[in-house]
Amino acid sequence: MEDLVPDAETQPFWDGVAAGELRLQRCGECDRAVFYPRALCPHCFGDRLDWFTSPGKGTVYAYTVARRAFSPSAGTPPYTVALIDLDEGVRMLSRIVGDSPVRIGDRVELEITRLGGEDSPALPCFRVRESV
Amino acid sequence: MSRRRRAAIVGVAESEVGRTPHLTVLSQQAAATRAALSEAGLGPGDVDALFVAGNWSWAPALTLAEYLGLSPDYLDSTNIGGSSFEAHLGHATAAIEAGLIDVALITYGSTQRSNRSRASARPPATLTEQFDRPFGLPQPVGAYALAANRYFHQYGATGEQLAEVAVSARQWAAHNPHAYHRDPITVDDVLGSPMISDPLHVLDCCLVTDGGGALVVAAEDRWPDVRTRPVVVLGHGETTTHHSIARMPDLTVTGAARSGPAAMKMAGVTHADFDLLEIYDSFTITVLLTLESLGFCEPGGAGELVALGRTGPGGDLPMNTNGGGLSYTHPGMYGIFLLIEATRQLRHDFAAGSVRQVDDARLALVHGTGGVLSSTSTVVLGRG
Repeated sequence: MEDLVPDAETQPFWDGVAAGELRLQRCGECDRAVFYPRALCPHCFGDRLDWFTSPGKGTVYAYTVARRAFSPSAGTPPYTVALIDLDEGVRMLSRIVGDSPVRIGDRVELEITRLGGEDSPALPCFRVRESV
Repeated sequence: MSRRRRAAIVGVAESEVGRTPHLTVLSQQAAATRAALSEAGLGPGDVDALFVAGNWSWAPALTLAEYLGLSPDYLDSTNIGGSSFEAHLGHATAAIEAGLIDVALITYGSTQRSNRSRASARPPATLTEQFDRPFGLPQPVGAYALAANRYFHQYGATGEQLAEVAVSARQWAAHNPHAYHRDPITVDDVLGSPMISDPLHVLDCCLVTDGGGALVVAAEDRWPDVRTRPVVVLGHGETTTHHSIARMPDLTVTGAARSGPAAMKMAGVTHADFDLLEIYDSFTITVLLTLESLGFCEPGGAGELVALGRTGPGGDLPMNTNGGGLSYTHPGMYGIFLLIEATRQLRHDFAAGSVRQVDDARLALVHGTGGVLSSTSTVVLGRG
């Protein structure tokens, strides 16, 4: 757990991941989705933010294959890190799991994974479902 | 007052750069400060403002002021990453124009290369970092690799075009005796160097060195006291677009699209007026994105701008004339070295007619980038 320290604001998100769900916030003022979790909507400064569960579907906006080790809990390179545009309109940094080659524009789906083995935290990762 | 009094850089110096295990971040800054003040013909008693960035103290301005024996009346430890020093120069200029200060000292020092041999525990990922760090993106190179990959996708740009930036920097480095790497390289060398984070190779990445630098900035009414030819600060701008690369609105457009026009508007100059460019080159992709965001070409057009040696020695757009962060030095935050080099070029410090001296240099654009394309600060400097 060296890399990940949930706090009062983010605990519901990580509780969701542990329960197999991707929980995002939605602003009660402007109705836009918000990620990462916070106390104030970054679009309109509204402060009524409610949690909802995302189906976890999105599109690859950019990716890179990391060739050098970065941290022990991140696993052994090479591996693919990507920016995923979720269908709700928010972007997440995440990991692509599975052996399929990744391309920008690929459709991906949530797959919660413990990258560093059973003792490591569950993380919201993605798997390619449809290649461009 | 009919016109605000102007500010100028009147002294510059770097400390030893490269690998300096015998120096500390403080002794580096002391050496650079002493040399920069001495060049200007000023002393510690003249300094009434201190600008410094670094993560080696919870309050670097306090630590450094104490170490140097200074008691400045104006302090600024703004840290926006590698572009901090262009921002400091902008802030110092504003304070001088407002009549708050007369002589500002801007410094930086780093022992990051020597530190590598000392084990340091990574701090845990708290606050917003908890949504980035667990996924193992190598930082900062991985973030720039994401941007490069997206740039390739949108514009059909190539690794060859990135490599041209590194080749051009190395050509300049050959003429800088202090440059860390001076041997010539080719596009094939860059593409043949080990891949770090696709599509960025080792030679697309800046150096990891120790080093430090200092600038002395003085108000117009002090210029008659100084020994150097003042280099006038004509315009400046700064902004931030994000902290994490995941929050960057468009991975191919940087904050230079705002800080650049702001600085040029303040200076009353246009793109064609510049004799040289000093563009933060943390990675080769940083330079292409910055040139486009600054408006030196259309989106996707920067590859052509750096091709065929145009930015190298003898080219029509001299850029990163000391060899840059890619070949000269890069002690973590590189921005102060861009300002030191531009100042020397505008003073015509190098031998007339030499390859190193940009012929009749009168106007320079200096552009810093910090974080993972997160902050930008642009400065326009003119020969006084």
